[in-house]
Amino acid sequence: MYTTDQYEGMLAETVTLQGANGDTINAYYARPLGAGPYPGVVLIHHLPGWDELYREFTRKFAHHGYLAISPNLYSRDGHGTPEDVAAKVRAGGGVPDSQMVGDVQGSLNFLTSMANCTGKVGVMGTCSGGRHTVICASKIDGFTAAADLWGGRVVMGQETLNEKNPVAPIDMTPDLKVPLLGLFGGDDGAPSPPEVAQHEAALKAAGKEYEFHTYPGAGHGFFYYDRAAYRQEQAVDGWNKLFAFFAKHLGS
Amino acid sequence: MCTMIVHNAKIDGMGKGIEGWFDLKEANVSYDHPFHVRLEHALNIDFVNEAEGPGARVAVELTPESARELAKTILATLEEADAGGWVEPTDPAKINKTVPWTVKS
Repeated sequence: MYTTDQYEGMLAETVTLQGANGDTINAYYARPLGAGPYPGVVLIHHLPGWDELYREFTRKFAHHGYLAISPNLYSRDGHGTPEDVAAKVRAGGGVPDSQMVGDVQGSLNFLTSMANCTGKVGVMGTCSGGRHTVICASKIDGFTAAADLWGGRVVMGQETLNEKNPVAPIDMTPDLKVPLLGLFGGDDGAPSPPEVAQHEAALKAAGKEYEFHTYPGAGHGFFYYDRAAYRQEQAVDGWNKLFAFFAKHLGS
Repeated sequence: MCTMIVHNAKIDGMGKGIEGWFDLKEANVSYDHPFHVRLEHALNIDFVNEAEGPGARVAVELTPESARELAKTILATLEEADAGGWVEPTDPAKINKTVPWTVKS
């Protein structure tokens, strides 16, 4: 545990890595200054983009003793303000799931190539990043734990499947490779409580290790202090649960 | 949640962004998370020129009620213009471009 007489330092900067199809994408990498070794975490950003909030989340993980990286899933869509780029991606229906998986795999490879990485790496995301986390936790070998924060469209009707999103993440449950934490708002429309219950039932049926928490009085995005969705008590408890979960499975 | 509800329209005209007027080529209309208006979902319209990069964008975020009112108002305006004989088919090549006023007084 950190005490006020200890040294603490951090390096946080943009880097590049090889993502899907060997494409070079940029990413934000924050790490403690020290020999470590440290566990890692890949943060998958939300629909509003690779933005300041995700830089803060990434540094928060570094502050807590992780090598943390947030890949820019929108790298290929051009550069500008995070919002302008995200608007462009929104207009095109989002990024393909297969491309996202490749970029997250590349991010995992980046962390495990670090001499001061323990080799234990978690993956987490909020909103569309939560959905992406469920996919990556099922498709990618090498993660140790995963956290889905209010990811919508884990449960998807057949009619909503398309070329970019060909398989509903809930249908990947039998392939889930790691323990899964889920944090949800009880007032969220998507994922709605029935959809969360459906996901939980699938995890139980498949014998998977999971831990789900639904917060009353909170909706979608309740960690976002810059939005009306922010709920102080639920957000702080959520962060505590997230760090406790990763500490249990990754060590820190 | 991310609804991923979006429809795209090809358009012709001009829009005023933060760096001034530019040619508009597309309007991307979504019902999804907005960036600024304090709603979980909004009717978002991005008037853009994709060929000029993500920064060539004029954005609005509306409540669904406002968006419906706007759509009605647009159609009512065009109906009146049609009735008055004002509307002719537009040749996009002939849209005059605004010449910016550069003389500083």
